[in-house]
Amino acid sequence: MASLWKDFVRGLWEENPTFRILIGLCPTLAVTTSAINGMSMGLATAFVLICSSALISLLKRLIPDKVRIPAYIIVIATFVTIVDLFMNAYLPELHQVLGLFIPLIVVNCIVLGRAEAFASKNTVIASVFDGLGMGLGFTWALTLLGSIREILGAGSVFGYRLLPEGATTFGIMSLPPGGFITLGILIAVMNMIANRQKAS
Amino acid sequence: MMNLFVILLSALLVNNFVLVRFLGICPFMGVSKQVDSAIGMGLATTFVMVVASAATWLIQWFLLEPFGLPFLQNMAFILVIASMVQLVEMFLHKTSPGLYRAMGIFLPLITTNCAILGLAIMAVQGNYSFIETVVFALGGGLGFTLALILLAGIREDLEFADIPKPLQGAGIAFIIAGLLSLAFSGFAGLV
Repeated sequence: MASLWKDFVRGLWEENPTFRILIGLCPTLAVTTSAINGMSMGLATAFVLICSSALISLLKRLIPDKVRIPAYIIVIATFVTIVDLFMNAYLPELHQVLGLFIPLIVVNCIVLGRAEAFASKNTVIASVFDGLGMGLGFTWALTLLGSIREILGAGSVFGYRLLPEGATTFGIMSLPPGGFITLGILIAVMNMIANRQKAS
Repeated sequence: MMNLFVILLSALLVNNFVLVRFLGICPFMGVSKQVDSAIGMGLATTFVMVVASAATWLIQWFLLEPFGLPFLQNMAFILVIASMVQLVEMFLHKTSPGLYRAMGIFLPLITTNCAILGLAIMAVQGNYSFIETVVFALGGGLGFTLALILLAGIREDLEFADIPKPLQGAGIAFIIAGLLSLAFSGFAGLV
């Protein structure tokens, strides 16, 4: 039980994919123009991550070592297609906003990275917890980034107005340069927190 | 002719793949520490982009569409890209071992560069003709190379700068990328 908890929390902070390992950065920057977009993208990726980790862990004895990468990619692409078609049918507006970045979950290095580094070597249950932790770690990072950009760029968060009408907002935060700069500063803040933890 | 030029310029500058569309950020951050490796990576990626987008165009319009299988797009495209990268690797290994050695580990990593899959899907969504797709891929690849070289050049100069400790490495690189992106937004309205 204790080891499952460890598998779960590792992705949340210690090996957080966005702030600590710096992988899966394209969707991180592209869709975080608002908090809700960031969260939806995070949850979609988490779903793919959990399902593909579980299936790959189940199949780990059946997949020959030489063709494991193509086999993993096919498993991942299957779940991405499911998410893509599901969102297109039930959440068409969100699908429109996230657009190209839904099919691009296939090449998100987090998913393939966890398949190769964890799911192919561990039990199904441990892999599910690992996928859940990494997925939620990715989701909170995207939600935080989206919230900051939405507050500074539009004065609201999850669509609720925080700043009074007429307050000066920085439109640039919703545009591509704002994404790069916000992430750069957030990474520096996370480094500071991690260093302080290590020192104490 | 004019149309092709507009596609090329738009993919190269106005909608630069890295700085405006956020595609291929991982290699952009990973291999932008030295100008030499940035050039090698950029050109290898451009080459794979052109070959892979031509192949995926043929597959989309001659296989998937006629047989009513567009839902297999993700799977078909990523497999084609992976095998194209493998092919390029084998071809380079046989014909120019020097170039092959220079690119080293970067070659297989091109498969997971989302700019390539993104480009293939965008070309299909935009209903581009075969020639337009190839020109689009060329522009996108050169734009990627340009952004990579620019960032690598700046990062080489930063080597001796006095940067606050938490910002060192990725932090400052993202802020520079943000400024580059700001500069590139000046190209908006060019086409």
